[in-house]
Amino acid sequence: MTEPVLSVRDLKVRFALPGRPPLRAVRGVSFDLRPGERLGLVGESGCGKSTLAMAILGLLPPTAEVSGEVRVEGRELLALDERARDTVRWTKVAMVFQGAMSSLNPVVRVEDQIVEVLSVHRVARGRAARERAGELLEQVGIPARRGRRYPHEFSGGMRQRAAIAMALACSPRVLLADEPTTALDVLAQAQILELLERLSEQLGLAVVLVSHDLGVIAQSCHRAAVMYAGEIMECSDADAVFARPRHPYARMLVRATPTLDDGEPIAAIPGAPPRLDARLDGCPFTPRCPHAFEPCRDERPSLAARGGEGAVACHLYRSAPAVAAPQRETA
Amino acid sequence: MSPLLEIEDLAVSFAPRRTLADAIARRGPERLRAVDGVSLSVEPGTALALVGESGSGKTTTAMAALGLVRPDAGAVRFDGQDLSGLTHSQRKRLRGRAQMIYQDPYGSLDPRFRVSQSVAEPLEVHRPGLSRAERDAAVVTALEDAGLAPASDFLHRFPHELSGGQRQRVAIAAALVLGPELLVADEPASMLDVSVQAGILALLDELKAKGLAILLITHDLSVAAHHADRVAIMYLGAIVEEGPTATVIRAPRHPYTRALIDAVPRPRAAGEAAARRLVAGEPADAARLPSGCRFHPRCPIAIDRCRVESPLLRAPAGDAGRCVACHRADDAPASGRAAA
Repeated sequence: MTEPVLSVRDLKVRFALPGRPPLRAVRGVSFDLRPGERLGLVGESGCGKSTLAMAILGLLPPTAEVSGEVRVEGRELLALDERARDTVRWTKVAMVFQGAMSSLNPVVRVEDQIVEVLSVHRVARGRAARERAGELLEQVGIPARRGRRYPHEFSGGMRQRAAIAMALACSPRVLLADEPTTALDVLAQAQILELLERLSEQLGLAVVLVSHDLGVIAQSCHRAAVMYAGEIMECSDADAVFARPRHPYARMLVRATPTLDDGEPIAAIPGAPPRLDARLDGCPFTPRCPHAFEPCRDERPSLAARGGEGAVACHLYRSAPAVAAPQRETA
Repeated sequence: MSPLLEIEDLAVSFAPRRTLADAIARRGPERLRAVDGVSLSVEPGTALALVGESGSGKTTTAMAALGLVRPDAGAVRFDGQDLSGLTHSQRKRLRGRAQMIYQDPYGSLDPRFRVSQSVAEPLEVHRPGLSRAERDAAVVTALEDAGLAPASDFLHRFPHELSGGQRQRVAIAAALVLGPELLVADEPASMLDVSVQAGILALLDELKAKGLAILLITHDLSVAAHHADRVAIMYLGAIVEEGPTATVIRAPRHPYTRALIDAVPRPRAAGEAAARRLVAGEPADAARLPSGCRFHPRCPIAIDRCRVESPLLRAPAGDAGRCVACHRADDAPASGRAAA
């Protein structure tokens, strides 16, 4: 199998607060991503999925303490100084955000913004940069001449396309997309998801798609990681997570998600996630879990392959045949 | 049962600001037709979902239903009374019978008000004669009806001390405290996490079971699928298809409805990718509606007639339960989502 292009090991993010217990937003996350592979990070607000993406790119504020390992093509990013990391951003790992207005400058023509990225990173300049900008726009489905327009003249879907074109300017290997379709209408959302899939297949781009919407992940990703309280609870084939979720939280999340089939009634998840400043020794889902038993409170279940189908961090699956095979995340 | 809310041929337009070009050409600005010939009705104990993308006119329709915007044409009747003929005091009385809940509970609650004040405020306006004790009792009942029980745990809290779902329940309690017969819910759960969403929507189901009529505005067809008896699909200010929710979703007859259903993200069956037909492009500008059928520029099955003649909303042959505005509605029915 090909080498992973992105590999994350035991990533933790803590925000230190003066005179108060620190907030632990990400509590030890590991995964690997290969070229052309799309991994979905799904979870509710506050589960740490966006913080995780920001930590990979080194975009968190200085109050964040990040530990663990983030390797892109074998190169460790967390150890790099700010300047070295700056070159990795855009050229190796790029990011698109929810509501593309935050990544586009409202007073600069779209094409000029892409040209600027290209010249700052010395990919191309002058006429060549302009031509490349046109190509990038065409690649995301925007006619090159529309590049002469300003972001406000674009619709929401087109702005997100332009932001994707800009992210691809330096031919990164990994694209982090944080809720890229959340502000869009369903038709524009479908178009953007299709675009991301096409790009990842054509360019061998590895994509981490962060979304609160299981349907979005199930549709467009190969694998899905369900996050809760800063940890991955289950990581498996996206279809399997949706069709046969195993972790009790994943099961309840799937059941809470409305689908077009009106048969199965949807059900809320009682209770609330733990506070980020809480000390958690056992499984963070214990207080809300209908199946919690003896070890759950004190012993943190590790995310491991159980029963051959993906990995799940839950003591319920402890008795399943112990599989000696390496975790799917690290396999 | 006679409908509680009846909207007939409603048209609402807005005048955008006059631009310099308009001034030079000595013309008024092009009016933006937000709602154009919409008819619908909601019966007590049922929910109608208005589904459409942003700019389709669903919120404007709801505002007109409550008399919050003045229609250019058409009629809105509540319990048989035409809103346009009402006096100020009649209108005020009507507000007590028809209430609205909004998407953003952060925006609809005053951050300086305790829960008890927020919920009691409508009573102070509409029922000034109530005694303190009566008012307090009504507030407690409304909170518990909205799922905040025991109410005493919540009465003295401020909005910032509540979770998003609890805040939305307070907003719902404030809408319920006057004992309305119609509830207009504008994207009531779309800002909430999916784990909390289900609870808010289940609450609407409960209220419906108690006999309230609900007009549910949503961009999310899967929310409509679970919580509405009937669904009306809007595109650029007009209803393109209306009918029983299950029928419309299982076998859409309008190509736009089909496109919306196809676009709902979900796990795909093997080999399904090629079969999904995404509609290209974007909705037209509401100030410059296309000729003929307003969906024709994006429609995969448009014919010449669609470019010139606007289709009427009518029951297709052999399908009395619903209405479709499409010249081709009587052709082979647009098959459901799984089929290609």
